[in-house]
Amino acid sequence: MKLTEFVVADAIIPDLKADTKEGAIRAMVASLAAAGTIKAEDQEGIVAAIMKREDLGSTGIGKGVAVPHTKHASVDRLVSTIAIAKDGVDFASLDGEDVHILFLLVSPPDRPGDHLRALENISKHLRNDNFCNFLKQASSAKAVVDLLHEADNNQLNH
Amino acid sequence: MEGEPVHVREVTVNLEAGLHMTPLSQIVQLVQKYNCKMHIHKGAHAADATSMLDLMTLGAERGTRLSITATGDQAEPALDAVMRLFEANFETGLSH
Repeated sequence: MKLTEFVVADAIIPDLKADTKEGAIRAMVASLAAAGTIKAEDQEGIVAAIMKREDLGSTGIGKGVAVPHTKHASVDRLVSTIAIAKDGVDFASLDGEDVHILFLLVSPPDRPGDHLRALENISKHLRNDNFCNFLKQASSAKAVVDLLHEADNNQLNH
Repeated sequence: MEGEPVHVREVTVNLEAGLHMTPLSQIVQLVQKYNCKMHIHKGAHAADATSMLDLMTLGAERGTRLSITATGDQAEPALDAVMRLFEANFETGLSH
């Protein structure tokens, strides 16, 4: 499963400005709706489900990265978007640091394997400091997409 | 440390959804309480049991066989605690 297969290019936010965790999640879900990936009427339900998951424990996993996610019956395949927050967002992360890179995932309830493979893929690339640094420096959605292609093709040095 | 004994356990993932982020965070929080170095192995791939990012790279679905290795003063009690977590299928009643 490649990044470019599940990250919706039109929903990438290269300059997220959000004061709160909920604000960040809301903006990312709205971006998926604006890209036509999810229906406008499903936005509130998806935001609520992601926030409910965050209540169980922050998906801010350290190193300035968060992976907010939920299962939701409104999608028939796993979809994701990326946001880059240059100023950082307080995500109540495990290491207490602000988050700068966010991968938001919405997956169908009956496809747990796809969710695991997406997490596996995202985490594999996020362990590469070059990937993280280039992502944080990306100034446009196109720059992010180009980077995802390079990562998918293993063109980034570790 | 050279010559330090490596303790090993084997386990099979029994969670319907596999080792997703919630159970992985339970592992991280548990292992951090012990003075030891622990890794979870899927085949030749090893992940530091105190790093969420590392553990997420395992992508361990239900039925996956894992081996868990630990070294250090508290390696054995730490492994016992992690094994209890797997045996309880991560239903500790404390966190989800």
